[in-house]
Amino acid sequence: MIRLITGLALLILGSTCGEIAITHGMKSVGEPARLRPGAVIKFLGRAVRNGWFWTGVPLMALSFYALLLLLSWEPISMVIPASALSYVAGTLGAKFILGEEVSTARWAGVILVCVGVALVAAG
Amino acid sequence: MASEKRLRIKTLIMVLAMVVCANAGDLLLKYGMAQIGAVELTPHGLSQAFWQTVKSPIIWLAILFLIGFMVSYMTVLSWADYSYVMPAGAAGYALLTFLAVILLHESVSLRRWVGVVLICLGVLLVGQTKPRTTEVPSEVAA
Repeated sequence: MIRLITGLALLILGSTCGEIAITHGMKSVGEPARLRPGAVIKFLGRAVRNGWFWTGVPLMALSFYALLLLLSWEPISMVIPASALSYVAGTLGAKFILGEEVSTARWAGVILVCVGVALVAAG
Repeated sequence: MASEKRLRIKTLIMVLAMVVCANAGDLLLKYGMAQIGAVELTPHGLSQAFWQTVKSPIIWLAILFLIGFMVSYMTVLSWADYSYVMPAGAAGYALLTFLAVILLHESVSLRRWVGVVLICLGVLLVGQTKPRTTEVPSEVAA
């Protein structure tokens, strides 16, 4: 039970913290001037020199590793629906760490998506 | 406001690119690995599987799509909210279910259909909100 909870916590927190770090990094890099290949390549060049990007990538790798471990312990129909909780964790992180405004409509949407993904993943 | 509309359109385009690339990448990966067959968990089996994946054009195509996903994800996050992009990306689960029914003629359980409906409603709700609620610096940070 402790093993399962630790695994799920690593899976959810790893991907959420990783994506939040990457979002923060991309916001500080600034958006590409235009959506043309040249401008996007320049943007990517700036992005890979950003420290937050390289903070996020290993956290996401950690989450992926936790997923592999969990899948070796528990059936997939249990692991993937539980990972849908990362939609809620991600929204909390966006609000409290990134300072995004999460309106009631957005919260309602996130909850629907979370339940929906859990149902779809359960088959 | 014109800029508000532009922001919505380019966010929509990038989220669509994200969903299409992620799904295409996953499907190709699954298809490519199915061609290679079950991997034996022995040093010999693993090294054999490694060389087979490196030589498979389908696996490389899958990797290309997954890179496309990562690039569109990073790009959209440079202007849009994480709490907007993340739930919107879940549209992929609904898309995969439709593709499974239309292309593969798979039968889909009632539970999964309910999930698809909830995801679509959720994505529509999130889509109504403003894609960006924080200030984005226009200057490049050092």
